[in-house]
Amino acid sequence: MSVRSAPEVGLPDVGLPEVGLPDVGAPAAAAGHPPLARSVARLASARRPLLVALGGLVALLVVLLLGLALGSVAIPLPDTVAILAHRLLGWPVVQTWPSTYETILFDLRLPRMLLAMCVGLGLSVAGATFQGVLRNPLADPYVLGTASGAALGAAIGLLVPVPVLLVGLGLAQLAAFVGALLAVGLVWRLARAAALDSLSSVLLTGYAVGALLAAGLAVAMVVSGTQLRQIVAYLLGSFATASWSQLVVAAPLILIGSALLTFRSRSLDAFLLGEETAAHLGLDVGRERLLLLGLASLITAAAVASAGLIGFVGLVVPHVVRLLVGPGARAVVPLSGLVGATFLAACDLLARMPGELPVGIVTAIVGAPFFLALLRSARAGYEL
Amino acid sequence: MTQVVLRGVGLAYGGREVLVGVDLTLGPGERLAVVGPNGAGKSSLLRCLTGLAAEARGSVELDGRPLAVLGRSGIARRVAVVPQLTMVPFAMRVEALVALGRIPHEDRWRGPSAADTAAVERAIERVGLSELRRRDVRQLSLGERQLALVALALAQEAPLLILDEPTVHLDIRHRVRIMELLVQLAEQDGVTVVAVLHDLALARHFFPRVALLDHGRLVADGPPDTVLAPGLAGPVFGVAPDLLAVAGGTPLGL
Repeated sequence: MSVRSAPEVGLPDVGLPEVGLPDVGAPAAAAGHPPLARSVARLASARRPLLVALGGLVALLVVLLLGLALGSVAIPLPDTVAILAHRLLGWPVVQTWPSTYETILFDLRLPRMLLAMCVGLGLSVAGATFQGVLRNPLADPYVLGTASGAALGAAIGLLVPVPVLLVGLGLAQLAAFVGALLAVGLVWRLARAAALDSLSSVLLTGYAVGALLAAGLAVAMVVSGTQLRQIVAYLLGSFATASWSQLVVAAPLILIGSALLTFRSRSLDAFLLGEETAAHLGLDVGRERLLLLGLASLITAAAVASAGLIGFVGLVVPHVVRLLVGPGARAVVPLSGLVGATFLAACDLLARMPGELPVGIVTAIVGAPFFLALLRSARAGYEL
Repeated sequence: MTQVVLRGVGLAYGGREVLVGVDLTLGPGERLAVVGPNGAGKSSLLRCLTGLAAEARGSVELDGRPLAVLGRSGIARRVAVVPQLTMVPFAMRVEALVALGRIPHEDRWRGPSAADTAAVERAIERVGLSELRRRDVRQLSLGERQLALVALALAQEAPLLILDEPTVHLDIRHRVRIMELLVQLAEQDGVTVVAVLHDLALARHFFPRVALLDHGRLVADGPPDTVLAPGLAGPVFGVAPDLLAVAGGTPLGL
């Protein structure tokens, strides 16, 4: 619990930050001066999400530009901006750069950056949704078996010796997508068939099915022989093979799904005090839960199919956002998407700087210490 | 202002009858305490009253309209239920918690309106938590947390308010505070109040009408002095009449 000495009414407040809640930039002294100061404080707290959104957008653009410019062939920033202006906006710029720059920028780096952003956005929005619906701060997008389903699917896809290409996707990616959805469907069916649709039974079924599928994955890895390396690479996550065709398939699923979740985010708040209270607040709980978990699972499946298993993002980004703007889902869901997109794109940039590191490793190396520091600075008030 | 009518309400879980043929009519501004031993069907009655028991028999009508017709969001605008004391999974300010009560009224696209904000404000003030509005809910005492949950239900601004054991775990000061608030709500605002209570003394002192449940049946419904009389309530609770008096039942002399 907190050790904060609460300012008594009427005493001047020395501006201690509210423990456990983001100091929303409001002068804490407002408590002592009711109407005016209080409304100023409310204004400031109402603006906090906007500030985070603005900061996030700027960071996203900076990361995007850096990601386009940096790499084994460094493209000067002015050229990067000029190429973008020329190709995207039809700006009449005199071409002073080698055309290989354009190829690198448009065929390799742009789809890769955009895919990383989409996946980061999707995993974070899905993570915020799972944590909210399941009322479990430790939930991540993979709790319902998505990860193990996708992994097993991808492994099987990689073991098939014939190269298959469907709607621009490799067999492994398609199999991962299908595997993820099948796993979630199986978890859902089993949890319901047992007439146990309470949340903990859904979670426990998820873990059980996950364990079973992990065993299947282990078998696939044992028999894989030369494909083992590819399977391991998939398990660690990577954007090395990103292409426009991948983006065209994954982006609509992720973006539309995330938009729908954002529009329904107030339902997550209703779930905060449990399903019974959610019903008393006017939610059709069964339908709403199915809708939210279904959309989040679809997003997760699209994300893991295009980039493999990238951990940490979906778990941690929503918490970072909650530390910044508080727990209200209307702010947390979209801002998680923005922060997640920025974070994963930045991690992918870091991952390809030293050669080609699996991005899942970078998310953990960069994210974990950052998150720990944030938790410390929140003065232990933020209990998971 | 609302009229609640229950006719022949029954409920069974897996063949076990938990509620049998309950008839009950409540007028606007009435206060009803529901009492009875553990397992008598008190919570089941509340579930029927809020439309959560889909498999219930009989009919529940609010102002002449069956609950099924109103739908979940329609019920939520007419019936507010004080949530059970549960853990909040994330850090949350009191005012944000209370604002959850506006979910049935808010526009999904536009978010909270000025009216929503004002209702939250009123509810916080009414329970006397204005000074703690920016505090993390999880740092509040149990009594304060219960008041915050009551405020959440008040923010819903429904004509029917339902409470399940609102005073359990609370000290005497908070118990009285919540009871007085219920009296005020009913008498000043015309809110109909239904509360399940284990504390018979509170039921007797603060509620003009008491319903006694036993094995799923409504065995008595009337003023507390009659319903909680030792001869009637003693056997239901399975305690000797003098002990019932100690627990808040009607004193033996009456």
